[in-house]
Amino acid sequence: MILSIALREVRSLFMSPLAWTVLAVTQFILAWIFFAQIDNFFVLQPQLQSLKSAPGVTDLVAAPLFNITSIVLLMVTPLMTMRLISEERRSGTIQLLMSSPVSMTQIVLGKYLGMMIFFSLFILQISLMPLSLYIGTELDSGKLMAGFLAIFLLIAAFVSVGLYLSSLTDNPTVAAVASFGLLLLLWIINTSAAESTDNLFNYLSLIQHSNAIIRGVINTTDIIYFLLFILTFLGLSIRQLDSYRLQH
Amino acid sequence: MPNTTMSTTLIKATGINRYYGNTQVVKNLEFELNTGDILGFLGPNGAGKSTSMQIISGSLAPDAGQITINGFDLIDNPTEAKRQLGYLPEQPPLYKELTVDEYLIYSAQLRNVEKHAINDALTKAKQRCGLSDVGNKMINNLSKGYQQRVGIAQAIIHSPAVIILDEPTVGLDPIQIQEIRQLIIELGQEHGVILSTHILPEVQAVCNRVQIIQQGELVYHNDMQSLNAENQSSHTTFTFREPIKPQLFENIDGISATELLDAQSLNISFSADTEKADAAHRQLLKIFADQNWTLISMLPKTRSLEQIFIELTTSENSASKPSETAA
Repeated sequence: MILSIALREVRSLFMSPLAWTVLAVTQFILAWIFFAQIDNFFVLQPQLQSLKSAPGVTDLVAAPLFNITSIVLLMVTPLMTMRLISEERRSGTIQLLMSSPVSMTQIVLGKYLGMMIFFSLFILQISLMPLSLYIGTELDSGKLMAGFLAIFLLIAAFVSVGLYLSSLTDNPTVAAVASFGLLLLLWIINTSAAESTDNLFNYLSLIQHSNAIIRGVINTTDIIYFLLFILTFLGLSIRQLDSYRLQH
Repeated sequence: MPNTTMSTTLIKATGINRYYGNTQVVKNLEFELNTGDILGFLGPNGAGKSTSMQIISGSLAPDAGQITINGFDLIDNPTEAKRQLGYLPEQPPLYKELTVDEYLIYSAQLRNVEKHAINDALTKAKQRCGLSDVGNKMINNLSKGYQQRVGIAQAIIHSPAVIILDEPTVGLDPIQIQEIRQLIIELGQEHGVILSTHILPEVQAVCNRVQIIQQGELVYHNDMQSLNAENQSSHTTFTFREPIKPQLFENIDGISATELLDAQSLNISFSADTEKADAAHRQLLKIFADQNWTLISMLPKTRSLEQIFIELTTSENSASKPSETAA
């Protein structure tokens, strides 16, 4: 059941030009960054050779690529998730789901899974760039995997926020703006508390956790942060759908 | 009376209430639906028809009340209850970017149709709704009438016990309307159908039971058979060229009531007893002849569904009228 909902979501996504445009534009921008980083690397290479334990290709090309990817995702995810539930509310298709023998949990998980399938394609597409470096050089596979993990967790978190805000309104644009706003806030929430390292705002900040993983430091605190984050917003979405039947 | 004893109760709704903010849109709604019933749900715009349909279909929660569908409680056991249900909302819930086949298969999956049965269900639903030729077309490219049919196909693909159709013939051309009505009659033979509409001839053409809702309250319910029977024993309007003397019609056996409309015309209601009514007719003709009145027209008036509808929905305090207890 969850899978049927997810596959329907993916099919509808690819029927609209939005998904293709998002994939194409992000790929173009990230490819640009990728080439710029490689260029930088060639310039820096002679100096690096004189250093002891100098940063390698993974640090100088892949890590910045992942950092930029996370910023691009911050902008793109709300656009992809905005229609998840709000469009169904607006067009009335939600009545099909509501009058079918499916639980609200199944609806939410199906939609979430559908969006994750789409973004898995995104990750696959992005991953081809750093992986292509294997042709000419050695990479730190561990760090590379950590980078992918960070991107995956970020997407999973972004989508859960987008899904929740999409369930709150029947206007997709409002959902997009609100998700972008909330994600950006969570991204920069620790700026005021830059000095002290362990306060609440630092812990809440998304970037704090994803950066650590991109650097190759996989800490259970960070993983748990992401899991709690995702579960919270999925739970809120289920609750929201439940109460939608009561209030609308 | 319909033969309710033979059939099973599919829907039993008791004490349904629903508020939007402070306005109560559904007041203490109560009704039953049996197999073989096609129940016409009538009401003027904004009377609470669609809200009631949404509540029965489980897409809107009532503030109070209980609904069981084929024995399953919609609130305690929503999954089982909804499995018994096919629902076409006012606006068909179509994913317009999908093809008809993709959409109907998805609907079947949502309704737990087993994998091996999906193909059969799809073919049957398409055939019944006249969609066999458009399976590969994108729903967005179909005309309004075809989209409406896809909406109906979606509601019947899993052969549910109860089919709820909210204004299914809106936007269709007369031929399509005929086809859809035929389809509804067919569906009514195996399933229970609730048909919400404000088109009265539609109810008379398809339904075997009717109920009228006004300001959220059920003000009338009856089965079509007794409605038609009632119609027969109604009044006749006599119109003359000359002014008439109504007192001449008093005290005639077989006339239950007279009502003077203007100087030249009056309504006469006859007794339900055919023999007495016939005698009264004969006596009337004698009076007309004796008085040398010129009878211009003699119109038997039946109390049609339309009249009942207008009477119930336009009177100010229709809310206080007790509903009839037939069915």
